[in-house]
Order: sequence, then structure tokens, then C-alpha cells
Amino acid sequence: MKGMSLIVRTITTVIIGFIFIYGIYITLHGHLTPGGGFAGGVIVAGALILRILVFGSEPADEKKSEIRTSIFESVGALLFIGIALAGLVIAGTFFLNFLPKGIPFNLLSAGIIPFCNIAIGIKVGAGLFSIFLALAAVKYVVKD
Amino acid sequence: MTFIPLFFALPLAAAFIIPILGKIAKSIIWIFVTLVSFTLFILALYGVAVTQQFPMIVYEMGNWPPPLGIVMAFDSLSAFMVLVISILVFSGSIFSWRYMSHYTGTWKFYTLYMLITAGMMGVSITGDLFNMFVFLEIAAISSYALVAFGVDAEELEASFKYMVMGEVGGLTFLLSIALLYAKTSTLNLADMANTLQVVGQTPFFWLVLGMMLLAFSIKAAFVPFHSWLPDAHPAAPAPISSLLSGIFIKVLGMYTTARLVFNVFGLSRGNAPVFFNVLIGLGLLSIAFAGITALNQKDYKRLLGYSSVSQVGYIMLGFGIGNFYGVAGAIFYILAHALGKGLLFLTSGSVVNATGTRDITKLAGVGENMSTTAWSFRFGSMSLIGLPPLVGFFAKYFIVLGALKAGFWWLAIVAIGLSVLTLGYLLKIENNVFMKKGRTKANKAPFTMRVAMVFLVVLIVLFGVGFQQIIDFLVGPAANALLRGVEYANLVFGSVGVSF
Repeated sequence: MKGMSLIVRTITTVIIGFIFIYGIYITLHGHLTPGGGFAGGVIVAGALILRILVFGSEPADEKKSEIRTSIFESVGALLFIGIALAGLVIAGTFFLNFLPKGIPFNLLSAGIIPFCNIAIGIKVGAGLFSIFLALAAVKYVVKD
Repeated sequence: MTFIPLFFALPLAAAFIIPILGKIAKSIIWIFVTLVSFTLFILALYGVAVTQQFPMIVYEMGNWPPPLGIVMAFDSLSAFMVLVISILVFSGSIFSWRYMSHYTGTWKFYTLYMLITAGMMGVSITGDLFNMFVFLEIAAISSYALVAFGVDAEELEASFKYMVMGEVGGLTFLLSIALLYAKTSTLNLADMANTLQVVGQTPFFWLVLGMMLLAFSIKAAFVPFHSWLPDAHPAAPAPISSLLSGIFIKVLGMYTTARLVFNVFGLSRGNAPVFFNVLIGLGLLSIAFAGITALNQKDYKRLLGYSSVSQVGYIMLGFGIGNFYGVAGAIFYILAHALGKGLLFLTSGSVVNATGTRDITKLAGVGENMSTTAWSFRFGSMSLIGLPPLVGFFAKYFIVLGALKAGFWWLAIVAIGLSVLTLGYLLKIENNVFMKKGRTKANKAPFTMRVAMVFLVVLIVLFGVGFQQIIDFLVGPAANALLRGVEYANLVFGSVGVSF
């Protein structure tokens, strides 16, 4: 895939990091503010997609990132179900909120919910990015 | 620590471990999947044993009590469904090792295989309407991908058609859930059953029920809505065809209908005879129309697909009769058809694997070398037709008995008469493929495939010979769980916190 013009590249270089960090912020504050794992994951995936759209990519790189995203996707899902099963193993109930709840509106509060958000964020970010790769990856364009 | 969430947590976790495993060592994926499905089988047997003592086990997810939180309501019917699912998943996973060896990306296949298992298990044991929808869609979306797994033009077309029709059904179900939620302010099945008693049989009640019946008729492929099935089920790889025809349509279509109609809407033949007559009509239409269409098919798997539509009609017939023998017969038929049709689709996979074609006019002579496949086919079809010592006979016998006890003597005669159609189309395969002398060369089926087929044959014979035990411990309690009606709600609320 070919990249875009110099202006777009320069602006993207400046803001892409902020987009990424904003996605992580939304994910981590999921239990305090609107948003959460899904919204944060979408924003993170947006940053990754922006990078490919603006700077372009080689088929070999895309193959690599496809493998990486599929591993991240599995890890996200496994983290989520691992948290659920941890409740079963530690406290005897599936999906039990077994961690201390903390003080409301603190970043470290609400027990397992922030960790669920992180797992969802990883899963959704990787999932959306892999959908993008499947739909828009170079290999199909070259074949046609 | 309890075993109920493991029924869906285990396959879900396995589904996401497989992609990572696929990067490390491809060869152990199959062993892993088979071990997981065997564990599920053992857990399901344990579940059946436990439900002998406790009629209802309510499991609160995350310790939230029933009307607020999601519960898993595990009763005899759930235990029965889980057992049948795990039998077919286990035999399918054994079968798939050699069958899938000429496909690429098998780890994707096994991931989807575990996801579809998790979805079906979840539908069978959940006690929450929206949770049921989510699991139903997990299973349905995995099945769309599995039907398209070969990515040939034919498979993609079948999958697309299936997806469009399936989603019309799924979204109708979602809409009816939204309407019910607006009316009753609850999604818990037990709580909803209580609230619907207050609502009464108003036009709203019948509208929602009609929408749900439409949705589940599409999922279960009853005749006006069946056209996706004869395309989709043959297009899938054989272990998946076996799973889809054997149990998938029954979990998504029959189990959900029965559970909602009897336990949540609280209908029985006593208080809604017209509705139950509609169910009988749907059943008869499916049996007759699809059975006659099946007689004309030349494609091995497509014929079996039409046969599935036809056989599902018997199950609906049993539920429509609505007394104990009818419902028990319908539940027994779920078991009988799952084993029989699962086995027949596995034999089709074995034949396709050896010859590469599904056209029964080109398969003459296959029976000479593939004797295990041929005899498996014979046992499966004898069970479906309903010959005495096999499981299919007793299932059909109970449905007929139910019809007689309910006073529908004409229905009993029609139901027996229509099984001639089953005999007709299954003999067509027997005649053209396994009996006929011909020049088609085929090697013996691989060892693991034969193991999977013989496993199902043994179960067909065993469940047939021991039908009294099956009725006493498996089917009878399951039928009682349905005929309990809205007592279900009291039982769910009464069993909270029962430890076992």
C-alpha cells in the first residue's frame, strides 16, 4: 500500500502517539468515565490503521503484523476468560469480583473491572486491526 | 468450585489457546481439541448423574442473585442437551483429524469448532434470555464461517445465503427480546415466566411468541424457511455437517422453542390448543415436503440435508402433541436423530474423503472396500427409519404413543406412513453407493474415522437396547422438566444457594 503526502505524514507523526495514549487512557479509566475496553480498543486500532494508511506498508510487514495481531487477539480473550476462571478457582464463583473494591473514583478501584477492561481493550484493538488487514491488505490488491 | 460454568468456559478458553498453539506446534492441536471434548463428555455424564438428585441447579454468575444477575439454570433437559452435544463434538473431533488433513489453516477450523461448542453449551444451560441470544449468535456466527471453510464458490454462496437467513432469524429474536423486556422489565427466564402470568394471553403475548416461533423456525429449518439448510449443511466439512445437522439446529431451534413455550410462556395443550396444533402442522409440513424433495436428490450430502429438515418435523410433532409421551418422544428423537444423522454425515465424509465426489450416481462400488463405512451407514439409516432394536424405533414409538394417548389416531397413522419416505431416500443411497457393483475404487477409511463412526454405532445400539434406562434417567426427567410449565420459575428461585 502506498503512503500519503508529506503534510499528512508530518501531522500524523505528531499526533499518532497521542491517539494511542488516548486509547489507553480510555481503556484504563473505563470504570470511572464513559468509554471502556471496547471504545479504548477501537481508538488504539484507529492509531494502528492510521499508521498503515499514512506511511504505507509492504506485504511482508503485513504478514508479520497479521501473525502478531492474531496472537494479541488470543491473549486478550484468554486474559478475560482467565479473570473469570480466576474467580472460580480463588473464590468459588465464575466471574466473581474477588479483588478489594477500593475507594470509588480512584484509578485502582472496582476490583476486577479495570482488568476486564484491559483484556477487552487488547482483544478489540487487535480484532479490529486484523479485520482491517483482512479487508485492505496489499496481497489481495496485488493478486487482482 | 462447581462444574457448570466449565461447560462453556472450557471450550471458550480452548478456542483462544488454539491460535497460540498453532504458532508453536500444529500437530498437538488435534490432541488438545479431542482431550477438551472428551473432558466435556465426562462432565456431561457427571451433570446427568447430578441432576438425578437435584432437579434444578442454579448457578449465579459472579454471585449476583437471580432477577438482577445472570444465572445458569441447569435442569434435566439442559443435562440431556449438553450430553448429546458433547457426544457429537467428541465423535466429530476424532473424525476430523484425517478428514481435515488436506485443508489449510486447520487451527482456524478447530478454533471455530470450539466456539460453536461453547455457543451451543451456553444456549442449553443459560437461564437468561439475553444471554441465550448471545450464545446463540456465537454458535451461529461460527457456523457461518465453518460452512464457508472450503472457500470454493459453492461454499461461499451457501454460507452467504445461510448467513442472511440466519441473521433474519437472529434479529427477529433480538427484536422480540426487546419487546418482552419493555413489557416485563426483566430478562431472567424465571422472573419473566412469573411476569408473563400477570400479562396473560393478550395480543402482545401472541405477537412476541409468533416472532420467536418465526426466529426459531428459521434456525431449525422448518419447511417454509428451510431453503438455506440443504445448501449450507452439505457445503461444510463433514464433521461440521454432522454437528450442524445432528445437534446445532436442535439446540438453536427446538430446545429454545420448547424451553420458552413450556417454561416461560407457560403454554400447554390444555390452555393453548390452537398454538400446539400450529406446531403439529409445521411438523407435518416439514416431514412431508422435505421428505418428498429428498427422494429426488442426487447429491449424497444434500439428500441427507433434506432428510434433516424432514426429521426435525418429527421432533416438532412430538412437542406439538404436548402430553408426556409426545414430549418425551420428541426429546428422545433429538437423541436418536443426533446419533443417526451425525453418523450418516460422518459416513458421507468418509466416502468423500476416499473418492472426492458426492454424486451418488458416480459412487457405485464404494461398498466393496469400505465395509465399516457401509455398515455404519446401514445402522444409522435403520435407526432413522425406525427398526426395532435401535434407538430411532423407540423415539418414533413414543411419539406415536403420545399421538394415540392424545386421541389423534389419524396423526399416528400419518406419522408412521410418512416414515416410508425416510426408507425411500435412505435406500436410494444404500442402493446406488454401497450395494451396487461398480468400478469406483476406494480405499479403506482411515483408522480414526472408523473409530468415530463405530463409536456412534455402538451408542445407537446401546441406547436402543437400554431404552428403558434412557427413559428413566435421561429422557423422562427432561420431559418432566418441560411439562413442569411455569413451576420452573419457583424451582429456579427455590434452588438458589443449594449446594451439591
